[in-house]
Amino acid sequence: MDKIQNNRAWFLVLPVLVIVAFSAVIPLMTVVNYSVNDTFGSNDFFWAGLEWFQDAVTSDRIHEALGRQVLFSGIILAIEVPLGIFIALNMPRQGFWSSLCLVLMALPLLIPFNVVGTIWQIFGRVDIGLLGHTLAALGIDYNYVSDPLAAWITVVVMDVWHWTSLVALLCYAGLQSIPGAFYQAAKIDQASRWSVFRFIELPKMRGVLLIAVLLRFMDSFMIYTEPFVVTGGGPGNSTTFLSIDLVKQAIGQFDLGPAAAFSIMYFLVILLISWVFYTVMTNLDRDGGN
Amino acid sequence: MRMKTSPWVMTLYILFLLVPIYWLVNMSLKDNTEITSTFTIIPRHLTFENYRTILTDPSWYMGYVNSIIYVVENTVISIAVALPAAYAFSRYTFMGDKHLFFWLLTNRMSPPAVFALPFFQLYSSIGLFDTHIAVALAHCLFNVPLAVWILEGFMRGVPKEIDETAYIDGYGFGRFFVRIFMPLIASGIGVTAFFCFMFSWVELLLSRTLTSVNAKPIAAVMTRTVSASGMDWGVLAAAGVLTLVPGALVIWFVRNYIAKGFALGRV
Repeated sequence: MDKIQNNRAWFLVLPVLVIVAFSAVIPLMTVVNYSVNDTFGSNDFFWAGLEWFQDAVTSDRIHEALGRQVLFSGIILAIEVPLGIFIALNMPRQGFWSSLCLVLMALPLLIPFNVVGTIWQIFGRVDIGLLGHTLAALGIDYNYVSDPLAAWITVVVMDVWHWTSLVALLCYAGLQSIPGAFYQAAKIDQASRWSVFRFIELPKMRGVLLIAVLLRFMDSFMIYTEPFVVTGGGPGNSTTFLSIDLVKQAIGQFDLGPAAAFSIMYFLVILLISWVFYTVMTNLDRDGGN
Repeated sequence: MRMKTSPWVMTLYILFLLVPIYWLVNMSLKDNTEITSTFTIIPRHLTFENYRTILTDPSWYMGYVNSIIYVVENTVISIAVALPAAYAFSRYTFMGDKHLFFWLLTNRMSPPAVFALPFFQLYSSIGLFDTHIAVALAHCLFNVPLAVWILEGFMRGVPKEIDETAYIDGYGFGRFFVRIFMPLIASGIGVTAFFCFMFSWVELLLSRTLTSVNAKPIAAVMTRTVSASGMDWGVLAAAGVLTLVPGALVIWFVRNYIAKGFALGRV
């Protein structure tokens, strides 16, 4: 659609600008301020330069948290995206069952994050949880409180449980927009199920799939509450992801300087990824969308 | 014509989704002795005592009221400011529009953990700490950009000729926007409200940091089931079940728009 050049449109954007600037720019400036200062409490600040940034770049603790974070995001994307597509392909397309599936699938998305954590904490416990109890009865040694591997599996399965529906619903929306004529043409050409998927469905889902992958990547990259409730970042530090580590530092130990430097680098990583996302998406839109 | 779908896949997946939720419901209907001492798939002594504890104690049920108050405030604010902005983005080009849109998006992606402490200080310093509006404003950080994004997608689908015809017919901007344009994108507004509701409802880190007593959300109240005498599992489970109710109700009303909203109006 051709848009009109009109700078007075700024007046329409102004309320958003004010409200987001209030909740984004002011706090961000506070963080920047902390990141270059040292304090001994009671609001005395000393210029510390880039010291905290150097600390953060060389800190093993942050490297490990970052490594775990990347591994976690990688694993959940590798599971949720193919599974989500598979589910979307198998969803009923219309009628009562379709509505019912939509509602049931959206249910986990609307559970407060800490309740998601609570559900899995209870579900996985060996003494009172269905999952833990069943596994123990089968003779499998499973205890997410003491075993890092079990803790990881629990956190990953929880995330798959929580968010696969998002990917599936997005892909479902993409599939719904494919005209029936495409399938008829494929049938006349005697295309196999795989080539229908590869050459009709997948290209049509490209746009929504991109949104799905990036939303999932961002949200998993800043995951905090769910693993915190289930494992508290433990056992040891084995499930301490970036946000958990950050909150431990900033609020738990009140190390404002290092935490702020850490925040800023964290934010820059997110900014970089958002930029890639935005560029790819606007290019897709220019090519005529999906 | 559609490709064949297998009901087994969906059945298994839905089962996978529902079993943990069932377990929560199951636990909420037992008393603590039954939870800790025996293992029962179906509650042996059905009891609603846990729910009664919550629904008769103000320090419990006020948590739900607080959550709902700030979620509603946030939804109203987000949509009110996002509507004109989304219109501007969908209809006009103006200086710096692309940069502004990108900057808004980055706020949707910024981790709440980064903002928790600065928010605490900001809202303490202006005397809004422990009020509903503080949480509502803080949640605007990610909900306003999202609302602009979704609404812009829906508004792009409305032909520009409608605007032009209305202006020729002598409508001013305000009257046109409220009387003609908003009804056209009513479903889009509904979907946006759903998403603002959802993301504000599920968020815990910011709402917990910004409140202490008067505006404490239910999610934070739930942590108090840990006491000296051990976990009060039954009440915890009952509180969890009650947090599912508003979400489930909202989903039922917007079920036909959910998928479209998730694609952010771009399908």
